[in-house]
Amino acid sequence: MDLLAQQLINGLFIGSVYGLFAVGYTLVFGVLDILNLAHAAVFTLGGLLALWLVETGGLSIWLAFPVSVLCCGILGLLLDRVAFVPLRQRADSNFSGLISSIAMAIIFESAALGLFGARTVRFPAHTVPVHIWRWGGISITSLQVEIVAISLLLMVALTQFLNRARAGKAIRAVAENDRTSRLLGIHVDGIIAFTFFISSALGGAAGILFGLYFDSLSPDMGRSIELKGLAVIILGGMGSIPGAILGGLAFGLSEVLTVAITGTSNLRDAVAFTVLFAVLILRPSGLLGRKKMREA
Amino acid sequence: MEALCQFFAIYGSLVNFIGINALLALSLYLTMAAGQLSLGSAAFAGIGGYTAGILTMKLGVPFLLSVAAGSILSGLVGLIIGLPVLRLRGVFLAIATLSFGEVVRIAVLNLDITGGAQGLVGIPNLTKTWGIYLALAVAGYTIARLRHSRIGWCFESIREDETAASAMGINTTYYKTLSFVLGAILAGFAGGLYAHLNYIITPREFGFSVAVDLLIFNIVGGIRVWYGPVLGAVLLTALPEILRGTGVTAGPIRMALNGLILLLVILFLPNGLVSIFGRTGQEREKAPVDAVPEEG
Amino acid sequence: MFVHVKDVTRTFGGVKALDGISLAVKRGEVHGLIGPNGAGKTTLINVLSGIIAPSSGEVILDNSPVQTLPAYKLAARGVARTFQNIRLFPAMTCLENVIAGQHLVALRPFFPRLFCLPSAGRQEKEHRRQAMDCLARVGIESKAHFPARALSYGERRRLEIARALASRPRLLLLDEPVAGMRQQEVEQVGSLIQSLAAEGMTILLIEHNMSFVMGLCATITVLNFGRTLVTGNPNQVSRHPEVIEAYLGASENNA
Repeated sequence: MDLLAQQLINGLFIGSVYGLFAVGYTLVFGVLDILNLAHAAVFTLGGLLALWLVETGGLSIWLAFPVSVLCCGILGLLLDRVAFVPLRQRADSNFSGLISSIAMAIIFESAALGLFGARTVRFPAHTVPVHIWRWGGISITSLQVEIVAISLLLMVALTQFLNRARAGKAIRAVAENDRTSRLLGIHVDGIIAFTFFISSALGGAAGILFGLYFDSLSPDMGRSIELKGLAVIILGGMGSIPGAILGGLAFGLSEVLTVAITGTSNLRDAVAFTVLFAVLILRPSGLLGRKKMREA
Repeated sequence: MEALCQFFAIYGSLVNFIGINALLALSLYLTMAAGQLSLGSAAFAGIGGYTAGILTMKLGVPFLLSVAAGSILSGLVGLIIGLPVLRLRGVFLAIATLSFGEVVRIAVLNLDITGGAQGLVGIPNLTKTWGIYLALAVAGYTIARLRHSRIGWCFESIREDETAASAMGINTTYYKTLSFVLGAILAGFAGGLYAHLNYIITPREFGFSVAVDLLIFNIVGGIRVWYGPVLGAVLLTALPEILRGTGVTAGPIRMALNGLILLLVILFLPNGLVSIFGRTGQEREKAPVDAVPEEG
Repeated sequence: MFVHVKDVTRTFGGVKALDGISLAVKRGEVHGLIGPNGAGKTTLINVLSGIIAPSSGEVILDNSPVQTLPAYKLAARGVARTFQNIRLFPAMTCLENVIAGQHLVALRPFFPRLFCLPSAGRQEKEHRRQAMDCLARVGIESKAHFPARALSYGERRRLEIARALASRPRLLLLDEPVAGMRQQEVEQVGSLIQSLAAEGMTILLIEHNMSFVMGLCATITVLNFGRTLVTGNPNQVSRHPEVIEAYLGASENNA
């Protein structure tokens, strides 16, 4: 029983990182209707950059975190400028945008490989001081709590921003209809660039938290979360922020439960992808989605 | 003659690999010709490869028969998967086929008969270079003749505008499924040849990154004519060797170059490298486009 | 072809785009469909061509009910259409667009082509000739080898008609066939439609160009808010008080 409870709690922690990753992913999809497959590469670069700042730059993680998040945001601006702006007027911009984002993902990943090498690295010990709390058979570390707190904080902040702030409302307006938004005097291109900034910053933040949680970072760490992130945003409904958060948590839980029930980690991903496949076929708008996935 | 032998001694496996990749790229082209973006080709190659490998190795089935069996099984799976999945539009179809690919990969990883993560070891080395290129020639010729046949016109019409295609009498579901199944059959066939090339196949060789590579071959070569994907596969498979010849050995640079080529092609040559040579792309792209009034 | 629409309703998320429409079009008749924006004209064409299914009601073509058939099966029964927003195959040339449009009447089997049999070559030649005829009929044969996206707006509309004619339809649905055209082109399309009807083709068209509709159509149906306001000959329709109020009034507001 305790073991199950422990697993559920672990699922919640990792689920919140998935959620954070997926929120940024789905934000760009909601606005542009384009799947940005370079998101996972930004996630990787975020984690590695924070590590470099801590290890080589000697920065505290509390400073390295915001700095690398900011850098990832700038990377997002670059991504938009190089890979998406030139394609925007094209009739098949969904398709070509997908391809150019793959190209950028490869370039980013090769940059990570060139700058940090192919090996798996970890944050120096005591980067974040860790306390362990125990209740009976359940243990929670302060690091886990901090990860959940930061993830939830960022997600709540984003939701509030989209609902309240002027720029946030503009993002929602562009997501709804960019032509009308243009007529209303919204600077659509600026808003799209800004969306990329936020999205990539969140992706980078997720990368740092992921690296801290699993205590390992490598240039190809984005690969697995790329597919999981897709599963999360499909599950939650493309373009839906609450859906991405819930989807992330559900995904984290499903992973640990699969491991707990089958007793091996081999089938961990199988359940997730089977669910993803089933959702696409049976309920293609996801749990909370609004985007049309099938042709009318 | 001696020089040729020497060339083969050094580059024989590369030449084989180029042929296999060209076949796989053509299999994806068949599906893309009808406008369907699939990331499942690698998985179909895996189904064909493992089936054929297991048949020859464990049941002593003759080589050609087991390759054919793998190809047919792959086509059957394509039919079963294709029917529900092809209702999804663009990016969602890509995600659905991708998750199908992951499920296949995880299944192969966990089954006993496939040898798990170690792979299927000890497959007799029966595929000959001439066999691969004969298959490529037949596939290329058949696909070339498909253009301007009934099926070819249907594929092209659906790719250009699915609604208009159905309004002029094309059973779009049938032809989309056909393109998917034909692609799966060819991928399964290529997978079967590949399995009998190197004594061993592993699940990695049919994963997500291979699916993306096949897509890149198509985009870089060009998807408007059948030889585009072949050109893409040949160039990009040979590129690492060419780079090695010029002294570039670092992995990250090769990778970055791959990404850069893809980016430049999608930005500046939307119809791929073949549009440099042929009339098929460029000329048409450059034709003047006058402004279309907004709909009321 | 004889068209009979019986009490057809179509709702989109609670909104009734079509609300109990009934309509009859005789064989070889040019029937106009007019009404303000959002009246349900295009929805009706979509139902008749099978692009969308009606929520209730019957559509009868030559005595058989067809309301449940998908678009491609309706096309096989002889229905062809054009689209308000022009849906050509932009990367193909004009000739290729029309050849693609021959799908229902051209067999083009694969194996003779695969083995380069002479029959395949003869057939292809014949199909090209027929496609050129269709292009000539709408007056753009000189643009045969231009890509569709290089045409002017009016030429694209005419190419779309040529593609529809390639399947030798018995019912032709035209959604704003002369929108955005110059007067000379409008007249050309008008006489084309007349000659098609004279050959026995049934034509149902939506158009906002009043003089075009009044001069061409034998019967006109006016739709408003998804209902039939009035059906009659141009004379009756143009004098109907509700039409003047609903349609002409609305278009004044639009202008």
